[in-house]
Amino acid sequence: MSSMQFGIFTVGDVTPDPTTGRTPTEHERIKAMVAIARKAEEVGLDVFATGEHHNPPFVPSSPTTMLGYIAAQTDRIILSTSTTLITTNDPVKIAEDFAMLQHLAEGRVDLMMGRGNTGPVYPWFGQDIRQGIPLAIENYALLHQLWREDVVDWQGRFRTPLQSFTATPRPLDGVPPFVWHGSIRSPEIAEQAAYYGDGFFANNIFWPKEHFQKLIELYRARYAHYGHGTPEQAYVGLGGQVFMRKNSQDAVREFRPYFDNAPVYGHGPSLEEFTEQTPLTVGSPQEVIEKTLAFRESFGDYQRQLFLMDHAGLPLKTVLEQLDLLGEEVVPVLREEFAKGRPAEVPDGPTHAARVAAAAAGKTSEKTSEKTDEKVEVAK
Amino acid sequence: MTAFKLVVVSAGLSKPSSTRLLADRLAESTVRQLGATGRTVEVAVVELRDLATEMANNFVTGFPGAALREAVRAVTEADALIAVTPIFTASYSGLFKSFFDAIDHDALTGKPVLIAATGGTPRHSLALEHAVRPLFAYLRAVVVPTAVYAATDDWGAAGDRHTDGLPHRIDRAAGELAGLLAGRGPEAPGLPEQVVPFAEQLAALRV
Repeated sequence: MSSMQFGIFTVGDVTPDPTTGRTPTEHERIKAMVAIARKAEEVGLDVFATGEHHNPPFVPSSPTTMLGYIAAQTDRIILSTSTTLITTNDPVKIAEDFAMLQHLAEGRVDLMMGRGNTGPVYPWFGQDIRQGIPLAIENYALLHQLWREDVVDWQGRFRTPLQSFTATPRPLDGVPPFVWHGSIRSPEIAEQAAYYGDGFFANNIFWPKEHFQKLIELYRARYAHYGHGTPEQAYVGLGGQVFMRKNSQDAVREFRPYFDNAPVYGHGPSLEEFTEQTPLTVGSPQEVIEKTLAFRESFGDYQRQLFLMDHAGLPLKTVLEQLDLLGEEVVPVLREEFAKGRPAEVPDGPTHAARVAAAAAGKTSEKTSEKTDEKVEVAK
Repeated sequence: MTAFKLVVVSAGLSKPSSTRLLADRLAESTVRQLGATGRTVEVAVVELRDLATEMANNFVTGFPGAALREAVRAVTEADALIAVTPIFTASYSGLFKSFFDAIDHDALTGKPVLIAATGGTPRHSLALEHAVRPLFAYLRAVVVPTAVYAATDDWGAAGDRHTDGLPHRIDRAAGELAGLLAGRGPEAPGLPEQVVPFAEQLAALRV
């Protein structure tokens, strides 16, 4: 696999097609997500990631069930999440579910931790939203330990204690899945990712880039501080969302009614304003290539680029056509261009095989340093 | 000595507007009274009317456009704020509230603020006390005791036995703001953001 990873992530929303007024059923949407994942592998993408939601109009409440099914129908693509709710899921169940998935998928698994953006999910799962950050920190500390220590004694604030507990199955080859920490605004999460030497995914799709530059700078600086490598060796992932046709005007004409009516885009700024201020690109494959390549100038060389393709109620047929364009015309150019001038010390996108090899060579960045210094100041 | 940064937020809608007029009188009086103590002031005006579309977009998209971002930055970095709204339907205008909804809830903590309002009739003057003042109390701003309400009639009336005229009230409120500022130095620009080291975050949880 080439050094940078390209893939897609899906929210799993059931959204009416504004051009026909038709809303897919949950069943259709779930099967469409599977078809999209299979297509992603077919067109040569590296990653398929699904969201996790516990309220309509979203369907993916059970990501490892879906990813396990997709794993059985694919051979190569990495299966991931965008995100896994570290706040409201029991970390013990996350440890078990994803270790099981890791075995079934022969290691083609990683995951992205997130806190979720639907307030009532906290009380629905017996948690307090005001404890969002502490939950993310404590739950992940337990998850991290469960994957690395065979027998765990545990006591924390949010979960019943554990005595002599062993999460089963143990991670495949003794190497836990790689973890990304996703955040759109919290420096605490960037700090958490840096501390563990994990990846940091900035879901930059709806906000201007300046905001994420600060978070990513912080993550890179702290990654180095904790002794995992240089700032340039930190693992950064970015989002993006696109709609393409060979001809730019056709893309704009076709996507505009979807944009204007989409729950997340519509009824605010115009398509033109939105594309100017966010990573959304509506145009030709060349325009997508240019906009994506510019990410490197803002954020440095990075490891994973995920695109949101099945947005705004686009029908499955259209999404599959989009994936053809992405796989055939965009990603091969991006691979080539991103490889140019990429310093040798910048790590590749994380894979299970590489992590197993690194663990065997004893140079895994698993271990965190013991530095506990004074408050760190980062320019605002 | 470095100049104070005074930001004036006006939610007036017409051009010219009496809300902006009141805002300008308040700013002018504040600058004059600080000037008398040898202090200089840079005044910047944020006309919310010009940001109306960006504020609506901010609600829908969750991120501010460039002009709104700049206005929020100016208010956040100001040494003092003069906030003036027309009174609509017994309270601040929606436009006025929308702007402060777009500001981080810590952005005004400890900041000296002068509040003022305009209205068609003096009967709504207490909207400043029951609506505008609590808004800034929530934001933990330091609001000066005198809030200035200018009804349409005030622009053509002197004071009477019971109340001072508008110019006098403007000077009193501005004097209070100047007094609050006089004891302070201008804020250092770009205060660094504190990152709590992870070990401390873990320790706080006793994990």
